[in-house]
Parts: sequence; C-alpha cells; structure tokens
Amino acid sequence: MEMETKLTARDLSSDQEVKWCPGCGDYSILKQMQSVVPELGIAREDIVFISGIGCSSRFPYYMNTYGMHSIHGRAPAVATGLKIANPDLSIWVITGDGDGLSIGGNHLIHLLRRNVDLNVLLFNNQIYGLTKGQYSPTSEMGKKTKSSPLGSVDHPFNPLALALGADATFVARSIDRDPKHMREILTASNKHKGTSFIEVYQNCNVFNDGTFLNFSDKKLKDAFVLMLEEGQPLIFDQGKKGIRLNGLKPEIVNLEEGASANDLWIHDSKDPTKAYILSRFFDENFPRAFGIIYQEDRNTYEDVLMDQLDQAKGAMGEGDLDDLIRGKRSWTVE
Amino acid sequence: MKETKTLSKVTIHFAGDSGDGIQLAGAQFASTTALAGNDLSTFPDFPAEIRAPIGTTAGVSGFQINFGSEEIHTPGGRPDVLVAMNAAAYKKNFANLKPAGVVIVDPAGFDKKNLRLAGYDDEENPLLNKPSDYQFYEIEVTRLNRDAMKDVDIAPRDRDRSRNMFVLGFIYFLYNRNLEVTLHFLEEKFKHKPAVLEANSKALKAGYNYGDTIEAITRYRIEKAKLPPGEYRNVTGNQALALGLIAAAKKSGLELFYGSYPITPASDILHELAARKNYGVKTFQAEDEIAAITAAIGASFGGALGVTGTSGPGMALKTEALGLAMMLELPLVVINVQRGGPSTGLPTKTEQSDLMQAVYGRNGETPIPVIAASSPSDCFRAAYEATRIALEHMTPVILLSDGYIANSSEPWLFPKAASLAEIKPPIRTKSGDFLPYERDAKEVREWALPGTPGLEHRLGGLEKEDKTGNVSYDPENHELMVKIRARKVALVAKDYPKTELLQGVEGAKLLILGWGNTKGAIQVAVSQALAQGLSVAQLHLHHLNPLPEDLGSLLESFERVLIPELNNGQLVRIIRDKYLVKADVLDKIKGQPFLAEEILDRIKKLLKDGDGN
Ligand code: SF4
Repeated sequence: MEMETKLTARDLSSDQEVKWCPGCGDYSILKQMQSVVPELGIAREDIVFISGIGCSSRFPYYMNTYGMHSIHGRAPAVATGLKIANPDLSIWVITGDGDGLSIGGNHLIHLLRRNVDLNVLLFNNQIYGLTKGQYSPTSEMGKKTKSSPLGSVDHPFNPLALALGADATFVARSIDRDPKHMREILTASNKHKGTSFIEVYQNCNVFNDGTFLNFSDKKLKDAFVLMLEEGQPLIFDQGKKGIRLNGLKPEIVNLEEGASANDLWIHDSKDPTKAYILSRFFDENFPRAFGIIYQEDRNTYEDVLMDQLDQAKGAMGEGDLDDLIRGKRSWTVE
Repeated sequence: MKETKTLSKVTIHFAGDSGDGIQLAGAQFASTTALAGNDLSTFPDFPAEIRAPIGTTAGVSGFQINFGSEEIHTPGGRPDVLVAMNAAAYKKNFANLKPAGVVIVDPAGFDKKNLRLAGYDDEENPLLNKPSDYQFYEIEVTRLNRDAMKDVDIAPRDRDRSRNMFVLGFIYFLYNRNLEVTLHFLEEKFKHKPAVLEANSKALKAGYNYGDTIEAITRYRIEKAKLPPGEYRNVTGNQALALGLIAAAKKSGLELFYGSYPITPASDILHELAARKNYGVKTFQAEDEIAAITAAIGASFGGALGVTGTSGPGMALKTEALGLAMMLELPLVVINVQRGGPSTGLPTKTEQSDLMQAVYGRNGETPIPVIAASSPSDCFRAAYEATRIALEHMTPVILLSDGYIANSSEPWLFPKAASLAEIKPPIRTKSGDFLPYERDAKEVREWALPGTPGLEHRLGGLEKEDKTGNVSYDPENHELMVKIRARKVALVAKDYPKTELLQGVEGAKLLILGWGNTKGAIQVAVSQALAQGLSVAQLHLHHLNPLPEDLGSLLESFERVLIPELNNGQLVRIIRDKYLVKADVLDKIKGQPFLAEEILDRIKKLLKDGDGN
C-alpha cells in the first residue's frame, strides 16, 4: 500500500515505556531501527518484529508495528511460519546469544539454510542478562559468573562462522556504539533477498560491562576494528596496517614500513572462502571484522514453495473441494 | 463344479513378514470390498521397525478386515480366515482363528529356516500335523508365482516380491471380487516402472486363475450391505483428517498451513497434505516438533489456518508453545495421533493414554478445548469441528486421534462441500479504536492481521492487561485474565448439540461411556447386551474439554457408569472428579483396540454378578 506521508522515527515508537537498564546497548539499536525503518519505504502495517525471550526480545513491544514476543528460542520458527503465510511482510527477528544460539540454536541454523526472506538481529552481549548474569554460549572460556565461579569451561560459539557453516546468504557484524554503521547494515540487510544474519555486539553494562571495549573505545578500537568496504583493501589502524593473503593464510602487514597497498586483500563479500577466513578473525592476533562479511543470491524458501503451488495449480487446476472429498473411487448406495 | 456359499460377514487376517507387502494387499482388499458395496472395518497392525527381524514372530505384520452385508462396527474379533505367508505369521495368529476356520499358507514359508526362526522345535512343522477340523489351502505361492514371472524382465531377487499379489488374486477369486480396482491401482503406482507393473499384474491374475483351476473349491458371496443411501468412498483416519482440514480452511476462506515433523503414526497427514498444493495447502516439514508448532502459530498470526500434527512424544515437546498459543489467543489446531507410551513407547501400537496430557498437561492455568475422533471417517468431522472451534473461539484446539483410527479404513458416506457449515473467523478489518484483547459476549477477541493498516499491535506470552493486551504484572489483573480465559473455553460448550445416547434409554442400570476409537466395539457389545435383555445404554463423547453442559444430569440417571479405555484409567478420573458419579474403568493397555466380547463380558459381570472386577 502507498504511504501518504513519510513515517518518522517517532511514528515507529510505541506507547510502551522502554524498560531496559539505563545505559544498555539495546537503546542504541532500537533508536537506529526506528530511524532506519522510515527510510525503507515499507508501510508500517507490513512490518513485523518477532522475538524470543531475553532482554533483547522485549524489542517488539517498543516498535509501533506488528510484533510478537514469543517463547524462548523459537522466534526463527514463528517468523518462518509467518513469512510462508504472508510473503509480503517485512519480518525482523530479534534475538540474543542465549535465545538464538543456545535454546534456539536449532531453529536459527535451519532458518539460515532455508533462506527465508527475513532479517535476524542477534544482540550478542556474551552474557545472560535477564536471568541476572550467567555465562552464555558466546562467553569466553574462563569467564567467571554466578554460574561459573571458577570460570566457564565452555568453548564459545563464533556466531559468524556458525552462520556461514549453515549456508547463510547474508552475514554481517555491527556494534551498538557505531550508529551510522548499524544503520548502513540494517539498510543493506533489508535489501538482501533471503535470510540476513546480523550479529550486533551489544554492551550489557550491568552484567558484562566493557566486554567489547576493544571495538568501541576511541583509543583502542583503531587497532582492533577492521571496517570492511566492498572492493576496498583490508586496512585498519588508521591506515597504518593492512592484511594480505599468502595463499589462504592471512598476514598483517605494516604499510608504514614499506608494505605495498597494492598487495592487500580486496574485500569481496561474494567470496565464500574469504568470508570464512574473515569469520575466523576471532582472537587477539587479528582485528575483528565489521560490515558485510558475506552475501550471495539464492532462491528463498517461500519463493520456491509458492512456485510449487502455482505449478500444481497450473498442472492440476485449482482444486475443487467436492472432487477432493470424493477421491478417486466412490460408489453410490441406492 | 464350484460351489458358492453366501455369507453375511467374514473376518480375514492377512499376516506375513513386514517385508511381504501385507499392508498393501490388505488395503487393496479393503478398497475392492468397499467398492463391491460391503460395509467394512480394518485394523492394520505392524511392527515399529521398517525391517523387523525377518522370519520371526516379532517381525510379523498383520492386517485384519471385517466385512459383510450387515453393518460393521469393528475389525472383528477372531478371524474366519488366516492368510499366513510364513511359519512365524502362522504361529502368531493360528490360536486366535475361529474353530473350523480357513487357513491359507505358502509351504515355502515353512522350510527349515523359517520354522527355526519362528521358534518351532526341531522336526516340528505345523503343516505336517494339521488340525483336521480346519480347512487348509496349502498353495505353493512362491513356486507358482516364480512360474508367472518367467517372461517378466525383473531381477531374480525381485521376483518373489509380488507374492502378496498372487495371494490377493487367489482371495479375490475366493470372495468373488473383480481385479479391476487393484489393477488400476498398480497402473497408477508403477506408472514409471513398467516391469514392476507387469510383475504385479501378472501375479494378481495368476493367483486368481489358480483359484479357478483347482477343483472342489468353495467360493463365497457377500451381498451388498444395506447402508443408508448416498455416495460413499473408503477412507483412513489420517486421510479423513487431512480432508477435514482442507475443507475447513476452504469454508473459512483461509489458507491452510500445516507444520509437522515426521512421526509415526501421524506422518501420513503430512504426506496427504503435501500432495494438495493445488488446493493452496502449504506444508512445512520443520526441523523439530517445536518448530512445527511455533511456525504454525506464526502462520496463524499472519492469517492462515495454522495446524500442526504429531504423536505423543512430539506432543510433549509442543507443550510450551501450546501455552503461548493460548496466551496469544490465536487459532491453532494441534493433532495428536496417539500411540503407546510413555516416552518412545510403542510407536506403531494404539493407545488412548494422552487424554490427561491434552486436558491438563501444561504449566499454568491453560485451558484448551479437546476433541476426539471415534472412527476413521469421523476424523473428517473431528477435524472440521476442531477447526471451527479454533477459528470462531480464537483458541488452540487439541484433536485426539490414535494409531488404530489413523491407519484403519471404512466406507464413508461423505458430505457435499455445500452442506458443510460455514466457519466465520472474527477477522478485524475496521481500522482505528482497536484493542487487541477486547472481547465479545463469548469472550472471543478479534483477529487483526499484519498487513492491515491501523491495527498494529504487539502480542506476547507475558501476562497481559485486560483489553489493551499490554504487559501487566498487576495481581488483580492476572486473576481476572485467568478467569476470563477459563470462561472463554467453558463457553465453547454452548455450541454443542444436545448429548444423546447412541443405544438404550436413560435410567438404565449401566451406562457404557466411551471416547475415541472404542465406539465401534462398545456399539457391538451394547447391542448384544440389549438383545440379551440387559439394562444398558451407550454414550460416546466427542468433546472432552469442555465437557457437554448436559452431561452431568444425563449421567445421574444411571446406576453405574463403565468407561472402557485403552489406558490405565483417564476419562474415568475426569468424570469422577467432575460429576462425583460411580464410574468404573475397563482398561486395556496392550497396544490393541478392544474386542466387543471383552466389553460384553464386563457388562455381563457387572449386571449379573454386580462385580466389576
Ligand atoms: S541486563 Fe544487560 S542486557 Fe539486559 S537490559 Fe540490563 S544492561 Fe541491557
């Protein structure tokens, strides 16, 4: 439906009081969403936010669109059913590291492989916030929490590698403290046809404050953040350092000490091998990649399903209920 | 000269290895028999393993059919005819055969190896020591069928696979059936495998012709049954469920969305629906049971008729989502084709042990309407009714079927689409002034679909404020909402027709109260008891929650109530709890449906000796 007047961020904000802790990274994500949505050209009634359980999952209550706060981990499945029922909707799944990667991990990977056309925002704060501070499936090993007083013994998930492993067709990372970047990524994910998976680093200032400091602190982030730009060389640390590929092995080179910018790895988000290597920039040795790591065009689940329905109708004709009930063989008793 | 005898009713039990094609042969005999105008009831009974240990009694697959020129309500008790493809099938079933019954066997299935696998002692072969009062047809099926395969282009190892068709052909001859239905079926099934088609058609005809060539054989004729006039078809429970869902979706103007994860014995519903894409049916084979139901909830949110189907263990997994659907007050139909439990239990056996789970099994105060199907064709009515309640009352509804009903078949006097009641879901179209949880006189809220301008709203599993649906932790409001949701489900009973006895009269000494698949067996038992002058009546429940409002006063008119159930006593507890009447259970937990005689025995005991145990 045509919109008469353009929506504003205010139109997108519901009448419910936002109840996250003051200073929580969720506020920034909500704000970016409310300011991006009016730019997407989608009527408000066609937008649906679906969430599971957790701090991040309160998100739909604050968006003045259609929404459902479902049960723990199941938002990808709810959203899949909704999209199949009405493919015209713009659907956004809001989940967290516990919701999406622990209790709902199964649904998330199956959503990604099916490539249902919707967007997933995984707020990763590396902690269970709503249940007051237990380690999560993305918490680093050795993390001391209420449920791991001697340090967590769980090896953490690498969400982007997991998404790539599940054959996601759009994989990106952003962070609550970089509003402009987040708006760009949200816009790009909306454009992508298929499941868009966005991991958002989100600071939980109550139970896990500063866990992403390396990527948000003005002084630190230059050395730890690698901003990906399509067709551009991989350069970070204010142009001082670059990354090149030696075969399949990435190497950091110092551009101030004679390394040539011409030898650098050029970002190509359509290259699955490079995407995988980028997803493995996950330790202290390499900067963390932000931006669109990977994207590909692949048929969406609902398009293929609708094609099958159309073909069946074409081949057999629109079904008649009496024919169906009668079946192939009936007989009459006089 | 061949003699032909007329019979009014026959029960045949087909038995063989689970790889012998017994189910297919049985189902074909049922289709042909239905089309010949007999009334019938079938009972397929097979092992859980795809290829259970070959040649052993554990691997025996059975298919029983009871058919006749009179009304048939059960698959029959002891069979008149036993078809045993091997020694194990014979060993497992012979003792159950009626005295002086007919036995059809293939001696090749009684060689040393088969006898040993079946557990016969050395040198013991039942065919060498046949009881003289039984009529044996020892037919060299394997050898004769191989002869028939001589000119067919199939691998030697595949030539025995059409033995089931040879036997079926012989039985068609015996019961004066024509081959047309099965030949047509084979043509469809093996459209793309001409050699397999030829093998099976030849085997079928060879079996029939074999009957024609042997001397001194008695053939049987079973006249058409005097059924109510109209158009009939044969249908299994799972087929009828699928049809009922499609019909209800069409009549309510909605698309049908069916989310399911494969599970015995419910998978056939998914198969039936997946083949109906030209009816606009969208099926979604989910990654697990939880995704199946939550996707159906998502579809319902989007304005489709969301349905999910499963069996007991899957039902357990869906429990949390059922609570969500109840809180959201969205329409949803959840089918549980019950099987033997607990846990993985007895996947291919029947049971009625999920009634308590359906009525009570959720966290919190979570009332959900429960409907039960009582026979294969009744599944159509049950699916239609479950959908009507879900849509018109904006609630999840649980529909209970079971493994017996799901796989059995019977003739069905099917309805015309035009005669089906309209279903009117309360879809909101008017924009503005919308409160998601405002209700009508039946406590039903409106259904506002994403995509409709001006009705944007948020739903969730947290307790919600009356009318607005906003999250609320207010204690008064919580109590109010719990009571409103309970009343909403209680009001579903206002739609029910008057509760009527199926047989007998009010005030009788004993009422036999049933639900689900026990209907046919109770019907036979009660009619025999009435014929013997006993003071007994029959009532069958289709709505298990809420129970009919007039049930209490009806129950009070009987001295005693007996509830036959395939469980350890579930409806009986609900009835005692609700009405404080003297109710006893007749339980059976063997993975098998009731035999009418088991119920009749108990009726006699109760009425003659006054002893229920
Ligand atoms: S607990 Fe952490 S994540 Fe949750 S609202 Fe508070 S700051 Fe945000």
